[in-house]
Amino acid sequence: MHINELIKLIEIEFDDFTEGSLNPKTDLRKTDVWTSMHALILIALIDTEFNVTINGEDLRSINCIEDLYNIIKNRIVS
Amino acid sequence: MKAQIKHISYHLPKTIFSNEDYFKLFPDTISNEENLLKIGTESRHIIQTNQTASDIAVDAAKALFIEHDVDPKDIDFLLFCAQEFDYYTPTSACIIHERLNLTEQCGALDFNLGCSGYVYGLSLAKGLIEGVGLKNVLLLTSSTLTKTFHEKDKSSRFLFGDGASATLITASETSNGIGEFIFGTDGKGADKIIIKDGGARNKITENSYKEITDDYGNITTDACFYMNGISIFIFGLNIVPKLVNDILQKEQKTISDIDLFIFHQANLFLIDKIANKLQIPSEKVFNFMKNTGNTVSSSIPIALSEAIKSGNAKKGDTILLAGFGVGLSWAATIIKL
Repeated sequence: MHINELIKLIEIEFDDFTEGSLNPKTDLRKTDVWTSMHALILIALIDTEFNVTINGEDLRSINCIEDLYNIIKNRIVS
Repeated sequence: MKAQIKHISYHLPKTIFSNEDYFKLFPDTISNEENLLKIGTESRHIIQTNQTASDIAVDAAKALFIEHDVDPKDIDFLLFCAQEFDYYTPTSACIIHERLNLTEQCGALDFNLGCSGYVYGLSLAKGLIEGVGLKNVLLLTSSTLTKTFHEKDKSSRFLFGDGASATLITASETSNGIGEFIFGTDGKGADKIIIKDGGARNKITENSYKEITDDYGNITTDACFYMNGISIFIFGLNIVPKLVNDILQKEQKTISDIDLFIFHQANLFLIDKIANKLQIPSEKVFNFMKNTGNTVSSSIPIALSEAIKSGNAKKGDTILLAGFGVGLSWAATIIKL
């Protein structure tokens, strides 16, 4: 999986983000729209698409989409 | 003799708290309305502050007696599932027993469980009927969780409503009835849904009222209800598919053998994800939370009652019930109506 695929999935899943509005360095938590409901939707999206569980600690530790991508990539490999 | 669910009724408090009321109270959440609607709730019933879980349980039991022409004198055992009891002691079931005018020979027992409570209650009723030899067990569930919420807890106030249910389980000459059970517990997650102070472990102190804000700006205190929504969502997403597969395996059934699935009505978004993971056709999943919200231990019996009333669940149908939540605790069973 390329990081752009993850970005595209997030942009499709959330109406709050338009196509091309996110990049690898975007910190989702610092966007104006971010709520706990967004976190649940993101967790469910990653679970469905990659069969990978992202937890609250993961979301707290990441600073950008690239960090999230690396967590997913590592868990898919392991 | 097999234990069989004979009748179900329920009671919801009169006061309604709609999404319109919610958005007036928390205007900053209106921009997130579209996502919040994925929860599947448009209004909830809220108990009066001077009412208790036993009060609405009594109302549910009286509704059962009237709607289904049940004589209270025929009840052999009363089981009361709640998390908010009238007193430290005595047992609330004894008070309910008196208010329902049950006989002196009728046993009465409280048990403290949340969202898995109804399925646990069915297992206790089955044991009392098939093991002890009783004929009629009245299982009451009641949740008044909204009384424990911090006024600024915008997550809990959106998700939950109050309600009580009454189920009559009887000994029947039938091959139908309540089947096998799967249970599960993970006490490591006890702090994920908790009211920390005010019980025997931690007395209420000045610190109990100190406001605590989580990562998403949700506010509560140690004297009020707290739920780590993210952890509980992940718990549901991971544990329930396994729970369903385990009970299917124990009953030597597959998804196609089940006519209807009724999950604890935590929220529609989570149930949809669980159903997708299990590849359950959407028409086989019955939900009823639009005007009730998450009613904790009452959510499954309320949904089951509505499934029967609406004809979605018919005599002879095979129904899988799965509860999961505070504890952490989970349980599933398969019943044949």
